[in-house]
Amino acid sequence: MSETIQILQQNLGQALWETTEMVVISGVIGVVFGTLLGIILYYFSNPLFSLKPWVNNTFGFIINAIRSFPFLILMVVLIPLAKILTGDPYTPMGGTVSLAIAAIPFYARLAEGAFTDVDAGIVEAACSTGAKFGLIFRQVLFPEALPALIRGFVLTLISLLGYSAMVGTIGAGGIGNLAIQYGYNRYETGVLIAVIIILVVIVQLIQWIGDKFASHFTHA
Amino acid sequence: MSQIEIKNVSVTFKAKQKDIHAVSGVSLSIQKGEVFGIVGLSGAGKSTLVRTINGLQQPTTGEVTVDGVNITKASKPQLAAARQKMGFIFQNFNLVNNRTIAQNIGFALTAANYQKDQQAQRIEELLGMVGLADRKDNYPEQLSGGQKQRVGIARALANNPDILLCDEATSALDTETAEEIVTILKDINTRLHITIVFITHQLEVAKSLFNRVAVMEDGRIVEQTTVYDLFADPKSQMGQRLVGTFLDTKLPDEVLFKLKQLSGQLLSLRYQGEDSLDPIITKIAKATGVEVNILQGRIEYIQNKAIGILAVFLTGDAPNITQAITAFKQAVDQVSEVAL
Repeated sequence: MSETIQILQQNLGQALWETTEMVVISGVIGVVFGTLLGIILYYFSNPLFSLKPWVNNTFGFIINAIRSFPFLILMVVLIPLAKILTGDPYTPMGGTVSLAIAAIPFYARLAEGAFTDVDAGIVEAACSTGAKFGLIFRQVLFPEALPALIRGFVLTLISLLGYSAMVGTIGAGGIGNLAIQYGYNRYETGVLIAVIIILVVIVQLIQWIGDKFASHFTHA
Repeated sequence: MSQIEIKNVSVTFKAKQKDIHAVSGVSLSIQKGEVFGIVGLSGAGKSTLVRTINGLQQPTTGEVTVDGVNITKASKPQLAAARQKMGFIFQNFNLVNNRTIAQNIGFALTAANYQKDQQAQRIEELLGMVGLADRKDNYPEQLSGGQKQRVGIARALANNPDILLCDEATSALDTETAEEIVTILKDINTRLHITIVFITHQLEVAKSLFNRVAVMEDGRIVEQTTVYDLFADPKSQMGQRLVGTFLDTKLPDEVLFKLKQLSGQLLSLRYQGEDSLDPIITKIAKATGVEVNILQGRIEYIQNKAIGILAVFLTGDAPNITQAITAFKQAVDQVSEVAL
């Protein structure tokens, strides 16, 4: 027991920090580029804006292709890229590369869905004012889709938290790594349990905060 | 030249099995300042047709010209400019739920590059016009259906349009609220001289709002006339059907049941003008020896002109009844024998 506490005292702070670093950075990259892709998919599938199925199919194919990789394989395949981008793939920043690449297409589909779910009548009304797409996006599509975009972000963060444990095992650190290194390899069951409890609390917290934000921006 | 010229417009939607012809070869001319109505059952193609006027729907063939601008061939900026001069009001209001009333109207102003620092004033002015000045910071969910539609009207009027397109603008509202909206639209038409194109399946609205009207069936215009003539003397089958349902004499079931016990003929009479039919009825009754019972009567006013509707029941000998029916047909505009 005292050993468990000692291990946690020595490693937990850093492990938590590494996980946060990986999840938040890759999550933000996923949201930014995923939203961008979501807009492209929406824009080119709507006859009110520009119906270009080939654009849609091209991006759709790339997104599906990346999403077909089981994360474990994607992570391994991207080790060389992580090396080029961050110098050392076996660090939290190195792990962030594969997490971000996984997050982008994942969030792109969620964002596309959020925009497609905006009432077509509202978009039609916006178009009938003669507004340009930029304005329609900022003042109509984005505010109407925002609650769904926030919920999608929550979903993405929670998935990334799970994946971050996997990158942890190949040396990127984080609490997943802590659980494996001490809890599994060194039979410190206490560490394993502590990490599970921490993960449960983190997931509940992310979900709770996300729901609060989503309902704050919902007025219907 | 008329303000809106629809020339031989067809809209075909590609479906898996076969193409759907939503609009087939429609031509219409709508004059500046009139209230032009398009009536028909749902699925007749009315909504698709009205969307070709501001380019929300591209015609498959044909052309639409509005104030000299060919909407069908217009470039993006031309189309945007044309749309700013055409307000659109929807059945389901279509306000942005997560933005306030003021922001909803501000959107339309920004779309037309209205100066930012003058928007607040213009929004107040517009909301004042529709009687919602105190609601500008509310969200749509806090308003009733009628209030939402008033916001829809305010948004449509934001950029001083020349034309207002209304797609079933009163159909989601109760009768009283629908009347309020009609009153507002009428006022807009007379005071601001804005042309109104109004799609509806509600003849009640047609009666009080329209000047001219087109009847649409299966994507085609089957009749085009003044609103009074549509009610007084519909020519097309669809026109007769729509007007028939609206002007129908609806007798209570108990009365119909009693009439079934008697041998006689129920007639539905429709005539123009507000004169009483009493002298004619007395004359026919005397001449043929049939008894004429008046079961129900009312007068509808359409564009301030009257149409009388009467249900009478004739009893007597069969040949005499036939004679009386012939006499009624000569004396009254429309006589229909109602089977019991």
